[in-house]
Amino acid sequence: MNRTLRAAGAALAVILAAVWAFPVYWMVNTSFQTPAVINRLTPTFLPTGGNLNNYRAVLADNDFVAALGMSLTVTGIVLVLCIAYAALAALAIARFRFRGRTTFVLAVIVVQMLPAEAMFIAQYKMLAGANLLNSVIGVSIIYLAMVVPFTTWMLRGFVAGVPIDLEEAAMIDGCTRMGAFRRVTFPLLAPGLVASGVFAFVQVWNEFALASIILTESQKATLPLWLRDFAQTSNLGVTEWGQVMAGSVLVAIPVVVFFMIVQGRMAQGLVGGAVKG
Amino acid sequence: MTTTATAPELPDTQAPHPPRARRRRPKLPYVLLIPAIATLLIGLGYPVTWQIINSFKEYGLAQQFGQPAEFIGLQNYLNLFTDAQFWTIALRSVVFMAATAALTMVIGIAFALLMRAIPTWSRIVLQVSMLLAWAMPIVAQMTVANWLIDDRNGVVNYLLTLIPGVDFIGHNWLIEPLSFFGVALTIITWASVPFVAFSVYAGLTQVSEEVLEAAQLDGAGRFQTLRMVIMPIIRPVLVILLLLQLIWDLRVFAQIQLLQDFGAAGERYDLLGTYIYGLGIGQSQFGAASAAAMVVLALTIGVSWGYVRRLLKEDKES
Repeated sequence: MNRTLRAAGAALAVILAAVWAFPVYWMVNTSFQTPAVINRLTPTFLPTGGNLNNYRAVLADNDFVAALGMSLTVTGIVLVLCIAYAALAALAIARFRFRGRTTFVLAVIVVQMLPAEAMFIAQYKMLAGANLLNSVIGVSIIYLAMVVPFTTWMLRGFVAGVPIDLEEAAMIDGCTRMGAFRRVTFPLLAPGLVASGVFAFVQVWNEFALASIILTESQKATLPLWLRDFAQTSNLGVTEWGQVMAGSVLVAIPVVVFFMIVQGRMAQGLVGGAVKG
Repeated sequence: MTTTATAPELPDTQAPHPPRARRRRPKLPYVLLIPAIATLLIGLGYPVTWQIINSFKEYGLAQQFGQPAEFIGLQNYLNLFTDAQFWTIALRSVVFMAATAALTMVIGIAFALLMRAIPTWSRIVLQVSMLLAWAMPIVAQMTVANWLIDDRNGVVNYLLTLIPGVDFIGHNWLIEPLSFFGVALTIITWASVPFVAFSVYAGLTQVSEEVLEAAQLDGAGRFQTLRMVIMPIIRPVLVILLLLQLIWDLRVFAQIQLLQDFGAAGERYDLLGTYIYGLGIGQSQFGAASAAAMVVLALTIGVSWGYVRRLLKEDKES
C-alpha cells in the first residue's frame, strides 16, 4: 500500500480515536470544573484552572458512601461464591464424561443468552414472596445465578488447558482425586480465575436493571442506582454537572482499570477459535 | 439424577485392578455440580417456572391483595397479541435491534479494516480510545450522554450551533420519540463498536499472507480481495458477532430506562424491556407481564439458537 494512503489512514484513525474517546474525555474534563465555568455558554475544552472540589463533594456525600459499601458488599459476596461454584462446576464438565453433562452444558449456554427483562418480573415476585427485596442476600442470589454460567463456561476452557497427566501423576503419588485438583490443577488455574473473576466483577458492579427493581430503598442502592438518583435529583434544580461527572468517573474507574488488565481476553473469550475451521 | 442407581455393575474380573475414577460411573462430578445447579435453580429456574405458570393465570392487583389467581389458559397471550400497542412496541424493538446491530457491524468492520491498513502507532491510539469507550459502565455512559446533549450547556448543541445558520441552543433531544431513539442508538452503537472492531481485527490477523499474495498474483484488485477472499474467511466470526449484537440490542432495558429517567417517559418511548417493566412493576399486572416476558424469551432464544449450537459444537470438540 502506498505511503500517502497509509498516512491518510493514520490521520483518519486519529480523528476517529478522538471522536470515540471524546465522551470519556468530556466526563473527566467536566469533573474538574467549577459550576461557574460549567454554566458558561461557551464550553471550556481544557480542565485548566480546575480543582478537585467536585470529587470532595461526592466523597463527602453519605449516600455515595453507603452505595459504595453496598456495591462492595454485594460484589464481594457474589464474586467469592461465583468463583468457588463455577470452579467446581468447570472441573466437573472439563474432567468428567457423565450422564446429564450435555444437558448441564446446554443450560449454562442458554442461560447466558436470557435477557434480564424477560425474567425480572418473576425474580422480583420471588424475592418479594421471600421478603428479600432491598436485601443484600436477595440481590446476591439473583446476581450469582447471572454470573455463574458465564464464569463456568470460561473456566471450563482453562481447566481443559491444564494437562490431565499432572493430576494423574499426583494421584499415583498418593493424592486423592480432589487432592489432585486442589494441589495441582487449582494453582495452575490462577490466571483463569483472575480473568473470569474480572468479568464477573464488571457484570455485577455495573448491573442496573435488576438492582433498580429489587433495591428500591435509597439506603440500599448500589453505585449505578446512586449515580442515576444523583443525576436525577440534581436535574430538578440546576444540575451540578461537575459533581455528577465526578461521580461517573468514580463509578467507572474500577471497571476501566480491570478492563485494561484483561483486555486481551475480552474478544477472545467470546469468539475465540471461530476462524479455526 | 437417579440414573446412577441403574448403572450396570462392572464385571468381577475388573475388581482387582486399582479403581480408575473415569471408568466407573463417578459420583464426584455430580457432587461438584451441586452448588452451581442449586444457584441456577433458585435464581433462574424457580422464577422462570413461576413466570411460565403465571403467564396462564389471571394475576393483577386484586390477586396481589389475596384473591386466588385463576388459570385462564391463553387469555394473557391473546390479550397481548390483540393489543395494537404491544405490536407497535414489539415492532419498534425489532427495528431498533436490527438498525443498531447493523450500524454497529458496519462501523466495527470498517474500523477493523482500517486498523489493518495503518501504521502500528496510530492503531494503538485507536485501540486505546475504543477500550475506554468499551469499559464505561452503562449508567456512566448514559449520564455522560445526558450531559453532552444537555439543552443549555451541552457541548453537542454548542458544536452544532457553530455551523453557520444552525441554532441548536436550547434544543432538547429527548422529547421527539424518533430523536430519543436516535440518541439511544448512537450511544449503544458507540459502546458496542469496540467489541466488534477488536473481534473482527483478531479474525483478520488470522488470514494468512500467502492467501492474500495468491489472490494478488491471480490479478485480484484490493476490493475483490476483500470481497472474495477475506470476507469468506472471516465469515464465521461475522455471523457470531451479528448474533451477539442482535441479542444484546434486544436487551437494552437499562439504556432506555435511564434515558426515560433523565428525559421523557411514556409509552411512546418504550421498547419491550421498559414495556414489561411498566406492565409488571408499574401496574402490577403480573400475568400479562409474564406473558410478554415469555414472548421476549422466545424471541431471544430464536435469535441466539445459532450461537448456542456453535458453542455446543465447541464443547464437543474439546
